[in-house]
Amino acid sequence: MFYREAGQFKTNYVADSAIFPLREDRIGIGLIVLAAYALAFIGNSFLLQAVMIPFLVFSLASIGLNILTGYTGLLSLGTGAFMGVGAYACYKLMTAFPEVNVIVWIFVSGFFSAAIGALFGLPSLRIKGFYLAVATLAAQFFLQWCFIRIPWLVNYNVSGALDAPLRTLFGIPIVGATATPQTRYLVVLTIVIVLTLIASNLVHGRIGRMWIAIRDMDLAAELMGIRPLQTKLLAFAVSSYYCGVAGALLVFLWYGGAEYDVFNINQSFFILFMVIIGGLGSLIGSFFGAALIFILPIVLGIVLPALFEPFGISVGADVIEHLRFMIVGALIIFFLIVEPHGLARLWQIGKQKLLVWPFPY
Amino acid sequence: MRAPDHPVLSKGDVLLAVENVSLGFGGVKALTDVSFDIRKSEIRAIIGPNGAGKTSMLNCINGFYYPTEGRITFKGVKRPKMRPYEAARGGIARTFQNVALFKSMSTLDNIMAGRSIRMTSSFFWQLFRHGPAMREEVEHRRFVEEIIDFLEIQHIRKVPVGRLPYGLQKRVELGRALAMEPELLLLDEPMAGMNLEEKEDMSRFILEVNQQYGTTIALIEHDMGVVMDLSDRVVVLEYGRKIADGTPDEVKRNQRVIDAYLGVAH
Repeated sequence: MFYREAGQFKTNYVADSAIFPLREDRIGIGLIVLAAYALAFIGNSFLLQAVMIPFLVFSLASIGLNILTGYTGLLSLGTGAFMGVGAYACYKLMTAFPEVNVIVWIFVSGFFSAAIGALFGLPSLRIKGFYLAVATLAAQFFLQWCFIRIPWLVNYNVSGALDAPLRTLFGIPIVGATATPQTRYLVVLTIVIVLTLIASNLVHGRIGRMWIAIRDMDLAAELMGIRPLQTKLLAFAVSSYYCGVAGALLVFLWYGGAEYDVFNINQSFFILFMVIIGGLGSLIGSFFGAALIFILPIVLGIVLPALFEPFGISVGADVIEHLRFMIVGALIIFFLIVEPHGLARLWQIGKQKLLVWPFPY
Repeated sequence: MRAPDHPVLSKGDVLLAVENVSLGFGGVKALTDVSFDIRKSEIRAIIGPNGAGKTSMLNCINGFYYPTEGRITFKGVKRPKMRPYEAARGGIARTFQNVALFKSMSTLDNIMAGRSIRMTSSFFWQLFRHGPAMREEVEHRRFVEEIIDFLEIQHIRKVPVGRLPYGLQKRVELGRALAMEPELLLLDEPMAGMNLEEKEDMSRFILEVNQQYGTTIALIEHDMGVVMDLSDRVVVLEYGRKIADGTPDEVKRNQRVIDAYLGVAH
């Protein structure tokens, strides 16, 4: 009823090629952004610190991997390591030049992981699919080895861990123990929104078309003059940039300090699952995937005990934990069977149906 | 749609010359000592029975393969060993025997992707999708819309091509190749698997492209009626060798061609 394409005429190509051509979509996105900012002022610190910040960080990393795996079709298992490069680069930069604002360093640290990512993307010219995934494993293991073995990266800290020194923005602490969840959340949210916008611009333009061309039919893409190596390396660089920024945010605005094993192979798989379940080749899917894999278990942890309580059944924490794994696992399988193209496709189908509702077509 | 930017050659000049080209894969010889030329603004057909080496020939021309012997001269310059994207940037476009579209993209995006090499706005502006990037997008969109009008595919502009019927996919693929504004357009069986009506449409488009924009076209086709009607000159391959070359009428009367197609009594 309220969601209709009818009557919205485009009179120029700029309007027609808008990312959200429907007025309702634009309003919807605006409302979501507003609500996200409002949450900073109404949400409690558990919600912000333990749910929303990690959700946004994982969403950002998923967007990064989605650019590589979803849009360009290059499978990577090095996400965790590329996140690590961002985090360690950010640490080195913010401790070496404390006078420069940490926000600047968070954005700059992405360039370091972009460079490393492009370097490890070189084999992608020759190998594809699972074989490339195995080649990117080299990045994962080699970089993790560097994080452990090169004490210079943590400024010869005896614990070998990254810590978050106090850093402020306009006098308000945003990094460090005294930064409140609220300010951290606002910083993370703003960075994620800005980077999502940029990713959306990229994938909808010439570069996005080149990436998708390489993914869908690389031979035809090459015959149209698209240079395969440059295009793939650009995807690796941009993807790693996003992962790097996500890694820096993870350590300094969520954990507040971390050790090398945060960036292990499990992290890579974790992000890859988010991308697959959310939907390959979809930015909004990255958010869905992060929500399903990260937020759902938390919600279940709260909801399940409350469900049993009215019946006087007391269940132990361990049972809840097992149930949680079972439900999340079952849901992942369910969603993958219902829609192998991920939650983003379900969302798209839903929107299509809504456009013609209450009629079937 | 505009004619190619810098018409260096005039109609009838040799655009591409294949001289004594042989191509072998290990012990298998796909092409043996093949020579022919393609002249500016003509429609040149390459025909032959299955496995005659027609597609291998196209693959040599657009840089997929490098001939083991012989040479290919394009616009008067001997071609070095090159990658397919370099051939594409040099002005050679191609469609495939089995449709090779970007399945998840819309018709519009597929044809826009064909403009990629002509889009030059910097990465920086691409990040913002404003300024030069957006101006360029609109300018090329205008060009692409002309192709869409020309090929009469307005109604499927925003449909992902994977959902289109085969005949339309072939048409979109032609559009994508045209978007490159090629000097030489290679069509690998543009009418395979089409019904009569679709073949007529496709023939009309090929003729119009050739006549209105002077695009040189080399096509592989099995439908003899189409080949004889469309092409200015025909080269016939059999077992990787050239057995005839000339106007459709000459080729039709050539005894070796008749033997190759109908078989001979041994």
